[in-house]
Amino acid sequence: MSGKSYRVVGHSLRKKDAMSLLLGKPVYLDDVAPKGALVVKLLRSPHPHALIETIDTTNALKVPGVAAVYTYKDVPKTRFAIAGQTYPEPSPYDRLILDRHLRFAGDPVAIIAAETDAAAARAMKLIKVTYKILPAVLDPHTAKDNPVLVHPEEDWFPPCNVGGDNRRNLVASEVGGDGDVEAVLADCDIVLDRTYHTPACNQAMMETFRTYTALDGYGRLRVLSSTQIVFHARRILSRALGIPKSRIRVEKPRIGGGFGAKQTAVCEVYPAFVTLMTGRPAKLIYTREESQIAGSPRHEMEVHLRLGANRDGHIRALDVFTLSNTGAYGEHGPTTVGLSGHKSIPLYTGGLEAFRFGFDVVYTNLQPAGAYRGYGATQGIFAVESAVNELAETLGMDPTAIREQNMVREGMRMPAYYGEPNNACALDRCMARCKELFDWEHRYPVRDMGDGRVRAAGVAMAMQGSCISNVDVGSATIKLNEDGGYNLLIGAADMGTGCDTILAQMAAECMDCPVEDVAVFGADTDASPYDSGSYASSTTYVTGKAVELACAQLKQKLCALAAQKLGVAESGVEFTPSGVVCPADGRVLTLSDLAYAAQCGSQTALEATVSHSSPVSPPPFMVGMAEVEVDTLTGEVRVLDYKAVVDCGQPINPALARTQAEGGIVQGIGMALMENVTYDRHGKPVERSFLQYRLPTRLDMGHLQVEFEQSNEPTGPFGAKSIGEIVINTPSPAIAHAIYRATGVWHRSLPITPEKIAMGKQ
Amino acid sequence: MLQFQNYVRAQSLEQAYTLNQNRRARVLGGMLWLRTEGGTAGTAIDLSALGLDTIERTGEGWAIGAMVSLRTLERHPELNAMTGGAFAKALAPIVGVQFRNLATVGGSVWGRFGFSDVLTLLLALDAEVELYHAGRIPLAQFAELAPDRDILVRVLVPDAPVKLDYQAARIARTDLPLLTCAAALPQDAPPRLIIGARPMRAMPVADAQGILSAGLTPEAIRAFADYAAGAVPTGTNSRGSAEYRTHLVKVLTTRALGGLIQ
Amino acid sequence: MTITIQLNGRPVTAEVSPDTLLLDFVRAHGCASVKCGCETAGCGLCTVFLDDVPVLSCSVLAARADGHSVTTLEGLQDEAAEFVGFIADQGADQCGFCNPGFVMNTIALLRDNPDPTDEEIRSYLAGNLCRCSGYEGQLRGIRSFLNSRKEGAQ
Repeated sequence: MSGKSYRVVGHSLRKKDAMSLLLGKPVYLDDVAPKGALVVKLLRSPHPHALIETIDTTNALKVPGVAAVYTYKDVPKTRFAIAGQTYPEPSPYDRLILDRHLRFAGDPVAIIAAETDAAAARAMKLIKVTYKILPAVLDPHTAKDNPVLVHPEEDWFPPCNVGGDNRRNLVASEVGGDGDVEAVLADCDIVLDRTYHTPACNQAMMETFRTYTALDGYGRLRVLSSTQIVFHARRILSRALGIPKSRIRVEKPRIGGGFGAKQTAVCEVYPAFVTLMTGRPAKLIYTREESQIAGSPRHEMEVHLRLGANRDGHIRALDVFTLSNTGAYGEHGPTTVGLSGHKSIPLYTGGLEAFRFGFDVVYTNLQPAGAYRGYGATQGIFAVESAVNELAETLGMDPTAIREQNMVREGMRMPAYYGEPNNACALDRCMARCKELFDWEHRYPVRDMGDGRVRAAGVAMAMQGSCISNVDVGSATIKLNEDGGYNLLIGAADMGTGCDTILAQMAAECMDCPVEDVAVFGADTDASPYDSGSYASSTTYVTGKAVELACAQLKQKLCALAAQKLGVAESGVEFTPSGVVCPADGRVLTLSDLAYAAQCGSQTALEATVSHSSPVSPPPFMVGMAEVEVDTLTGEVRVLDYKAVVDCGQPINPALARTQAEGGIVQGIGMALMENVTYDRHGKPVERSFLQYRLPTRLDMGHLQVEFEQSNEPTGPFGAKSIGEIVINTPSPAIAHAIYRATGVWHRSLPITPEKIAMGKQ
Repeated sequence: MLQFQNYVRAQSLEQAYTLNQNRRARVLGGMLWLRTEGGTAGTAIDLSALGLDTIERTGEGWAIGAMVSLRTLERHPELNAMTGGAFAKALAPIVGVQFRNLATVGGSVWGRFGFSDVLTLLLALDAEVELYHAGRIPLAQFAELAPDRDILVRVLVPDAPVKLDYQAARIARTDLPLLTCAAALPQDAPPRLIIGARPMRAMPVADAQGILSAGLTPEAIRAFADYAAGAVPTGTNSRGSAEYRTHLVKVLTTRALGGLIQ
Repeated sequence: MTITIQLNGRPVTAEVSPDTLLLDFVRAHGCASVKCGCETAGCGLCTVFLDDVPVLSCSVLAARADGHSVTTLEGLQDEAAEFVGFIADQGADQCGFCNPGFVMNTIALLRDNPDPTDEEIRSYLAGNLCRCSGYEGQLRGIRSFLNSRKEGAQ
């Protein structure tokens, strides 16, 4: 299906901020935060589980230039959650700004505020702490019902019931399904029973977590933060600090990457507390080490699944159970886990007769996990797609054919996806095109290159959502200016994704004007209309729809005003690029005429604000194929080529959508082959810097090629779905598949390092 | 990061040496790994004004100044010609161009880092070091010594029309190596094999049993690779286990020695 | 101690500590394009030219740069403007935080090697990490700049 042709939408325009970013203009937090703020540093627990027995700040406070040192004794006693989610959050309120009970190696012990970095660093060394070391829960397998409790506190509070129980180290638990899984499995010719493991991974955005806070002229707390969630951050700060929301303003400057990391208010509360206590501006910039050990990485998950099929390749049942390790705090634990089943199982709606999906989310004394692109779907898809590849290889079938036989198709209702209809789906075309692009027929067979080097290929499919249905709210305000240009105000957060630009493209399409005529502003809780924030792949789909609706409303207002001025009925005028015309007599009121008219003796505000939410979350789809060369002797893997075809509905800006896809694929390659978050036997994190936490360089990703197969989502703006998250989901299973083809060994635990390959370890 | 109380751009080696007799002084190389250390040092001694950033021809080979950058070394036409491009091959994977523009030969050799590609390669070339106080000593001997208060002035690479092969395994292309291996075939001497990033510092593997004395046949190479795997102590770190490294000793030794007869 | 650095062509004299990093020095003197990404000399975000050679400013003492010339993206706006539009056309700027270091090192590459192959581009820029773009769009952008320059020369 080829989409409609638009004037602005569907075109690869430059990002509005591109030239500023490429020419190094000062637009990020540390560039724009006023000088002279107190430097905030955090003393962190060296132990994964401990109680502070004594803490003495006397000597630290004597260091010249030290303004304040705070401990658990100084902070409010109301528990809160820092996950950026819509209220009431599924996240348990299990945090204090500082707690006497330390739950992971990296948990803050004290806040230091000083005039200089050096003074703060010196003071940190002079804080005397004695710890009572507690036994730590370091293995998620033994966390549930462990006698050691991560959160024994009486005031642990879940705003929603998600099956959690802090007396059992359980954050959430659920089982659901459709059909009689056991009966169908019993009737299948073949049942694969497999366990897959994905470790935590860091988003590793180039700009670490950072926040600046100050009191404004009204005594309100002004928070400038590198965040994806200005409104949630305001709510979180209000509860944590015990001050009204009307006293807080949260803004974001340009953001140096997020990928979900900044969907958690990781560092905002600390400088905010300092500013409230001292009345002075404060700034906290996390070091890379802090971002690595006390950030908000992907949840480690272990997915146990049983896949039932017939010999002819018909996939009939999927039984999936996920154990998710949320670490020391609940945060995104209850929500991420759901995607491991809900966004993997529906891929096989085609012939599926029954499914079951259950999960436990457990506390451990490890770094708390958060939101990372893919958000549980990535982990579930690694498991399900690997299992389908195993099935194909077991049956001797082409793994693309087995998918064509079983995949979800347009028009199907998806029982494993909340019963939602699959209104727009080009997954079948993605597969066909990807096979062609990749030359699957010739590259799927294994090729021996000599001296232990083998080339092979693998495949995977993926899906995601386009919002959290019935929850996420996107809003847009569009205002006409006197020269006929527009201001578009949003609360969504462009973190490099280009949402400011694609939303402006939609507004320009609607208002029939050049995209240069639309100035975008976002995000600021004082000025932006409410938006849940940029996460869950929702900005294009939800906020984009709000833009479309707001534009329609503004056009209606313009027509009404023009009709009034021209003395005709509203039905007698038409909106055109040059203004509102009265076709009957050819009279025109230009946009400039109307804007000036609204400024003089007028009771009409030429602006419109619309909030939008969707009852469905249409999945984007994708097929990825990897060719690798495995050095079977050293175990080194080189990704030679990665081809992907994506159905994101109508791509609003193909260049930006393609870059999202390419960036996601390379992060996925990192996850498959090199990225890992591990702990030593004492529970201390190993990958404390980029020396140990390897990111793929441009020598590690081979050649990428991404194409789009368009579908037309009826509920999306201009037929759009989403692109931001799905793109990370195919590399792990596709590469694991290719490595199996090359070596004969299935690797069910990531990352697949050279050692595992060379030594044949799974 | 490591903090300093003073900075001195030395005007002579004598001045640098004298300053460095203070135990809290530190000689600056490229400052790259030094930066990842914590704590406070006394005087930072900078050798950058001493003209040690050149590679010069000597009667017996090449004298590489301590402040020569790895990037200069990597791109040196004659040294690469002499080694079949081994300098470029061994050094190019080290982080990135900007890093190698700063990193110095002196810093790399002085640090005697376990993960050092540079040390592995220079040992295979039978290099010597010239120390300000102690004079010339073989690199193999220097590599065994604990750092003292001397100043490394030059690395001396003999003119050896050797055949050389360099091998390394890595998790990611610019990561620190899992294992390094260099094999050299001198004109009138038995082959030399160096294994580094074990992860302990690079060491020569002597052919104590004369396995290669009858020539580099594929059978002899296989036998020597087995021998090397038994003779080279390996260890475990976050990148790989001792067992895997021992396996790599065998694989890379086979390939490096094989490279000598191609 | 007092140092004088030719910063983007102008002499800047300032009092610094012996351990002030060049990164902090240039940021304090109006060159906010220079970013810190890793603190372990491995990301390339802090790339500046020291006497026209690209180096990591996080690993150079300001004192060591005394008497030398230092160039940041602020001083190369025209040279950068020639090609960064081609990166923008690919949408490969993304979050932008790594862009200045990437642009600086690309300028260094093209000064050194005006007609590089894809493999030479990848190797030269290997020390410039980018977490957003997946690198491919940056490569396409450089390639289309080189193609357009060649066409312009014909």
